[in-house]
Amino acid sequence: MIRPDKGGGPDRGPLLALFGAALVLFNFPMLMVFDRDATVFGLPLLGVALFVIWAGLIGLLAWVSERPRRRRPRREKGQP
Amino acid sequence: MIAPSIVLAVSAGYLLLLFAVAAFGDRRAAQGRSVIGNAWIFALSWAVYCSAWTYFGSVGRAAAGGIWFLPIYLGPMLAMLLAWIVLRKMVRIAQTYRITSIADFIASRYGKSPLLAAAVTLITVVGIVPYIALQLKAVSAGYDLLVHGVEQGPEAAQPWWRNGTFAVTLVLAAFTIVFGTRHLDSAERHEGMVAAIAFESVVKLGAFLAVGIFVTWGIFAGPADIWARAQVFPELQSLMRLGGGEGTAAFGHAQWFATTILAMFSVLLLPRQFQMMVVECVDEHHIRRAAWMFSGYLLLINLFVLPLAIGGMVHFGPGGGMDPETFVLSLPLAEGATVLALVAYIGGMSAATGMLIVETVAVSTMVCNDFVMPSLLRLRGFDARAGGDLTELLLNIRRAAIIAVLLLGYLYYRIAGDAYALVSIGLISFAAVAQFAPALLGGIYWRGGTAAGALAGLLGGFAVWAYTLMLPSMAKSGWLPAAFLDPGPFGIELLAPEALPGLTGLDNLTHSLFWSLLVNVSLYVGISLWRGPGAREASQALLFVDVFEQGDDAAEPAPIFWRGRARLEDLVDLSNRLLGPLRARQMFEDYAAETGVADVEAITADARLVDRVERQLAGAVGSASARVMVASVVQEEPLGIADVIEILDEASQLRVYARALEEKSLSLEAATAELRAANEALQSLDHMKDDFMSSVTHELRTPLTSIRALTELMLDTPDMEAEQREKFLRIVVSESERMSRLVNQVLDMAKMESGHAEWHNADVDMRALISDAVTITAEVFRERGAVAVADLPAQVPLIRADPDRLTQVMLNLLTNAAKFVPKETGRAEVILRVRADDLVVTVRDNGPGIPEAQRAAVFERFRQVGDAATRPHGTGLGLPISRRIVEHSGGEMWVEAAPGGGACFAFRLPLGPGEGEGHGHQGADCR
Amino acid sequence: MGTKVLIADDEPNIVVSLEFMMKREGYEVLVARDGNEALEAIRRERPQLVLLDGMMPGLSGFDVCEAVRADQSLSGTRILMLTAKGRETDVARGVGAGADAYVIKPFSTRDLMQQVRDMLA
Repeated sequence: MIRPDKGGGPDRGPLLALFGAALVLFNFPMLMVFDRDATVFGLPLLGVALFVIWAGLIGLLAWVSERPRRRRPRREKGQP
Repeated sequence: MIAPSIVLAVSAGYLLLLFAVAAFGDRRAAQGRSVIGNAWIFALSWAVYCSAWTYFGSVGRAAAGGIWFLPIYLGPMLAMLLAWIVLRKMVRIAQTYRITSIADFIASRYGKSPLLAAAVTLITVVGIVPYIALQLKAVSAGYDLLVHGVEQGPEAAQPWWRNGTFAVTLVLAAFTIVFGTRHLDSAERHEGMVAAIAFESVVKLGAFLAVGIFVTWGIFAGPADIWARAQVFPELQSLMRLGGGEGTAAFGHAQWFATTILAMFSVLLLPRQFQMMVVECVDEHHIRRAAWMFSGYLLLINLFVLPLAIGGMVHFGPGGGMDPETFVLSLPLAEGATVLALVAYIGGMSAATGMLIVETVAVSTMVCNDFVMPSLLRLRGFDARAGGDLTELLLNIRRAAIIAVLLLGYLYYRIAGDAYALVSIGLISFAAVAQFAPALLGGIYWRGGTAAGALAGLLGGFAVWAYTLMLPSMAKSGWLPAAFLDPGPFGIELLAPEALPGLTGLDNLTHSLFWSLLVNVSLYVGISLWRGPGAREASQALLFVDVFEQGDDAAEPAPIFWRGRARLEDLVDLSNRLLGPLRARQMFEDYAAETGVADVEAITADARLVDRVERQLAGAVGSASARVMVASVVQEEPLGIADVIEILDEASQLRVYARALEEKSLSLEAATAELRAANEALQSLDHMKDDFMSSVTHELRTPLTSIRALTELMLDTPDMEAEQREKFLRIVVSESERMSRLVNQVLDMAKMESGHAEWHNADVDMRALISDAVTITAEVFRERGAVAVADLPAQVPLIRADPDRLTQVMLNLLTNAAKFVPKETGRAEVILRVRADDLVVTVRDNGPGIPEAQRAAVFERFRQVGDAATRPHGTGLGLPISRRIVEHSGGEMWVEAAPGGGACFAFRLPLGPGEGEGHGHQGADCR
Repeated sequence: MGTKVLIADDEPNIVVSLEFMMKREGYEVLVARDGNEALEAIRRERPQLVLLDGMMPGLSGFDVCEAVRADQSLSGTRILMLTAKGRETDVARGVGAGADAYVIKPFSTRDLMQQVRDMLA
């Protein structure tokens, strides 16, 4: 018996997916991809990459949290 | 250099402002207009995570390790992604069972075990008090730097009473006492304190950003400039690489991962975080928004850490003698921006004081509820039956605990000074509270955990933590012989605290975290599985793990795992003593209102009441103490695991019953409505049948009357004139015909209504059918001196219908028209039109027509409209039958007024099969 | 002046038979085709007897009967109701409306004549 939460809120699925993505993006070996002597606008790539990934995750979290909760379309019964 | 008096005055002013903000928050709360009831304030209050260790320390760590300062904030980002799932569950549990500290949370989950509560409190005090000391040190170091300037460096040779740090400690103790112990019930929010913490979060973020912007664009020409100028120093190049200078392979990914995970746990489990996120939560729905706002806050406050660290080192020169941890202050000071330096100092102070206040409230609550109270309860003469109001005593204990915790912190700071043990305490504290993770997170998702398992895990993990992290930090401070670390205690290498058992290659933090959590989880899971949960553990496990399924409405009560007998007076007395008479009275009155009892005296002291009282007491003294006190005033039956299952069954049975009852009554209502509708339909059918029968008998009796009367008269009058007799006989014949016609039509009608009529469908050419009908009725028209004409198109598509029935319809309409048209000038016209998907047949005449009001009635059975004196005879069934035939063929029939006042009957028939609806009456040639 | 009898019925063939019977008996016969016509004729011609059909368009026989009974000046008028509806409620309604006798269609001509003679005796 699962009682649906009153008042809505983000679905678990997207949150867990974001968590998995963050775990991969913030760790070895993904960070190796950015670990080089390159610069972006004169800034070291690794630092820029970490902050951009971070900001992106916050943006996605905000989007997942704030978007109106989707209602699954209810199928009409008895319609051919 | 800034005059000490100015620094002290600004500091005092800031603390006064803090008091004002908190007082404002409390006043608004008292007025019922809470200032903290929104996600913004909630998120800002979480930022108490960023202590002085962040404010000053991040730059220091960035200067030493480059991006290695980041995992401390990436971990919380990970936690925030799951906040809606995990944190919300913690909040729901804490608010449902009035849990006020992390010790209480864990103890309550495992059967309200006082031992477990004490263990968690012990770990907290040992792990957190040095952390408190670190904050005081930061305030003090900042003060020194401001007062003595950049050049001289800090000097600590001052008597303790002269140092402002002690004064700050006392002021903070006062603040915490005033705003942290407002009410005894810790489950009630400290609105003023939360408002002040949120305010402090704004201050420290603003100050740090201001310094960051000043350094980046004031001293340098933007971040790219800082990095470009850092190229001169080869040792700074490696800062922005994972492996330092030694290449990617040297990247300590295990340590990176461990630190991230550690920070992820800490953001939920540090006492101050638990206090702000769980205990002070106004509405769990705020978590949704606060989660990403807090993440954003962390990103913002870290944005300028690297520019400050690298900029500072470029400015002062690497190894230039300046401690990178003070860059936030020393960079503005060195540039002569004294006001900014003061702002930065206030920012650091806000970071330190925020952490101190909240941590102290959280720790003192634990110390009071989980150390002092159980000890007091064990004292003779202090059992719960003794009289006297305890609320003031409890508050005083909590106040004393606040002062004790802060002073302990101060003492540690004075003793440890610049020792390694203090400097490195941040992560060491994190590792200590990480020991709570298995018991807490396991406890809210796994029903099988037991108190013994949790206790063993906690103590085991704590012991390993102390041995591998705490003691080595002391050894490094010179408080223990260095040989303790290397080669190991008693010279045994296998016991070397940072390389157990001979495991090398890991940094000390990862090493400690690995072993302590391994021991912790193994003991927790192992012992829990070995000896299954007892009754109380099992029942609490259910209440925690399934908290979202415990209904809060009266229709579906949560199960209450308590059996025994209680007296209302005992419970009232106990509540009076622990909550104060006012709040106790309020609680019982609320309960009486909820249960629908007239007044407090009439409450029955059942399991539900005991549960309610215990929960309220838990808010004041912690769940373990509340359990002990309630148990001392009631007669309890010890619950076995079978009882728990039984209670659970009852509760779920009750739920099933409630739901079934609801469904039953709904379906009963529906059935009643259906029955009523069916009954009404039947009644109206019955009525219609009665009317029909009565009409039929009437229609049959009328011709029968004439026939009988006339035949009897002829029989009784043998000498009747031949002419008279013939007239009578003609009437008899015509009435007989009328009767047989009527009988046929009634049968026809009945068959059609019951659906038993036979239909012989064929392809019908309406053109031919109409011509035939006109020919057949031509004689009738001629008798009246009238004419019938047909206006037919050259060709019409065939339709599928019963031709005989349609002929019947046409004959009926034509003979009707023949009956009503005026003699000699009478004229009827049949028009056939083909439309896109149907045929329309119109029969119009120049008779008297049908008044609009009666048009609908002409299709009713036995309704012969018009003036009886003038209307011709009919059965009253012709039109209804015609309409039925047309409808059965998929068409419809209607009547309008013809131009000149005659009647105009029309019907349409669909061309294709199955088409019946929707073309309206347009196109009939009435006009 | 002979006895006046009013026949009020909307069925022409029934009127034919009733008219024949009444004339054979030597009464003066008046005919009305509906309720209004009947009431008018009663007021104007003052027939001793009215053969009144219960179901007529417009003013029904029952209405006519009630109107006659409500009129003091017509108190001498005898009324015989004829109706094709044989249900008891109709009989009760006819009697309630003040009819002197009630005959159900189809009727026996002999019985009806006997009834008429009795009423006019």
